[in-house]
Amino acid sequence: MHNFYYFATGPLAWIAFLVFIGGSIWRFRSLLELARRKDSIVFEYMDTKFALRSIVHWLIPFGSRSMKINPTMTVVTFLFHICLFLTPLFVFGHVILWKENFNISWFTLPNAVADIMTFIVIASCLFFLWRRIKLADVKYLTTPLDFIILFIVAAPFISGFWAYHQFPGFATMTIIHIISGEIMLMAIPFTKLFHMFLFPFTRGYIGSEFGGVRMAKDW
Amino acid sequence: MSEYKSVNEIKKDTKKNESKKIEDRGILNGLEQLTPEKIESVINQVINDETGARLKVYVDTCVHCGMCSKGCHFFLSLNDPKFSPAGKVKQTLWEILRKKGKVSTEFIKDAATVAYTQCNLCKRCAMYCPFGLDVAYVMSVMRRICHKLGVVPLYIQDTAHSHSATMNQMWVKDDEWVDTLMWQEEEAQEAMENLRIPLDREGADIFYSVIGPEPKFRAQLIFQAAVIMNAAHENWTMPSMPGWDNSDMCMFTGDYEMMERLKRRHFESALHLRAKRIVMGECGHAFRSVYDVGNRALGWKMPPIEVVHAIEYYNELFEQKKIKIKKKFDRPVTLHDPCNISRGRGLHEMARNIVNATCSEFIEMTPNREHNYCCSAGGGVINCGPPFKNARVESGKAKAKQLFAAKAKGAEVVIAPCHNCHGGLEDIIHHYGVEMELKFFGDIIYEILELPES
Repeated sequence: MHNFYYFATGPLAWIAFLVFIGGSIWRFRSLLELARRKDSIVFEYMDTKFALRSIVHWLIPFGSRSMKINPTMTVVTFLFHICLFLTPLFVFGHVILWKENFNISWFTLPNAVADIMTFIVIASCLFFLWRRIKLADVKYLTTPLDFIILFIVAAPFISGFWAYHQFPGFATMTIIHIISGEIMLMAIPFTKLFHMFLFPFTRGYIGSEFGGVRMAKDW
Repeated sequence: MSEYKSVNEIKKDTKKNESKKIEDRGILNGLEQLTPEKIESVINQVINDETGARLKVYVDTCVHCGMCSKGCHFFLSLNDPKFSPAGKVKQTLWEILRKKGKVSTEFIKDAATVAYTQCNLCKRCAMYCPFGLDVAYVMSVMRRICHKLGVVPLYIQDTAHSHSATMNQMWVKDDEWVDTLMWQEEEAQEAMENLRIPLDREGADIFYSVIGPEPKFRAQLIFQAAVIMNAAHENWTMPSMPGWDNSDMCMFTGDYEMMERLKRRHFESALHLRAKRIVMGECGHAFRSVYDVGNRALGWKMPPIEVVHAIEYYNELFEQKKIKIKKKFDRPVTLHDPCNISRGRGLHEMARNIVNATCSEFIEMTPNREHNYCCSAGGGVINCGPPFKNARVESGKAKAKQLFAAKAKGAEVVIAPCHNCHGGLEDIIHHYGVEMELKFFGDIIYEILELPES
């Protein structure tokens, strides 16, 4: 078990980060290359001012009509994404690892806050699961892969919560936590999780079309 | 939670919709010519040669969240998940990309029906998708594939044939066109002595172009425009030869080669006469084709000559006080913002300026401006003709509710500055018993216009 722990925190962690960073660069470059060859229109009409105008409106909670008419989804998605990003970066247990391994450290979240944020991520995933099963239009669009991705995202948080609170079998759960986190990182470039990187471009492009050509709002 | 419809609620509606299968001869005849090999090769040709990162990103980035559903009037009207924008992608390009073009004729039949008749290409969903994914673009790619496969609804294909044979949408012959203009000139002279519809005048300030259906069915609109132009003492002209029709059904069938020919003829017609700018009648899709789509296809980032929609033009007439009115139109009006000039060109505020300049009482319908619901007729859907009429009118249920709400606040007249919207709204108003009168801005301005002394 110890060996496995060292493997998961050592080589596998390096592999996970490499796959995440390398894979993301590869995906980006291949899309950019394809766009250069086939979608010169995107570069022609992309406009920084209008792209930012659109992105900003969509990054402000309830900044678009779409968010206003879906209030529950808006609150949940904003909380979910904020907690999903900040918790792993600032939870004490992670920062201490950076300190131990690379002698760098930064601000940490109080444990109670990290707990609440973890809980928000897990609850949000349950909400998304409920939507996928219960809402007819979402259900129609849902594929098995969507459930797998939801599980990939939820798993590090569930296992992390479990391990931190030292529930029964927490030692095993710690390893599951590490591996599930690494799986999530590695999944980003190759799944729909890549939307985190594409958002500014898709939003920015439609924002440019609406702002520069259509002279209309897109929020 | 009130913002959601339950699965059971929607299942009922879905069953209701599935029972009605529409057969269209254009689609059926096209399918008979297909083989699996042809389908695969055409699809891959379009995907590989004509699309790129945009299509890939639009299909791959969609996280299947369903936020677009409420952006679509089809979904809002029919409560069927198949009509959500992403649901339409699922039934078309999603499968095509997954199966690399190895799809059945049955699939093409359904995909053609979805792309041509269940999406107005209004782009409202792009304003509801958090990523701004452009489903209208994806549907256009599907239409392009169908066009190349020869699977196009009969009625709209007929208009495309007319475009290629006559350069206008309605099989109007060259002599009939000039004859119609002279006839309208004569009629209008009853209202205004010395009125002219100047043909082929070189160096005019305004090159006035209309859509094929105007000379065919709504010649009085040419009459009204002539009166307004003359009252404003404009130096204007209309072309006597092909190039006069700014409409474009080829843009909607996916026949982009023909669309390019049409737009080139229209631009060249204006440039040949050394006109200063093109002013277009109250049409939405034609404006889209001239201002946004056709120019790009021809390689112009923006149109090679200034293109002005009737709304911009009328607004200018009032701002510059070029025309006078006798008195304001005194019945309460509401305004329908057409997709192609509101969401497509931001003319909604100018439209309101005209309403305020011409009407005594204005009642907004909600949602409005960029968020207004489409009339369900746009994007070539009404041009797919009688086989799809009932389905189209049913998908206008959300629109009917919106009109009823404006009527409850007192509105009696709907102003819709777009021909397709007129067709669509007329059917909706009739079918749901809305009982509101429908008008163009031109109708209202003509009615209240103070004619200058001759």
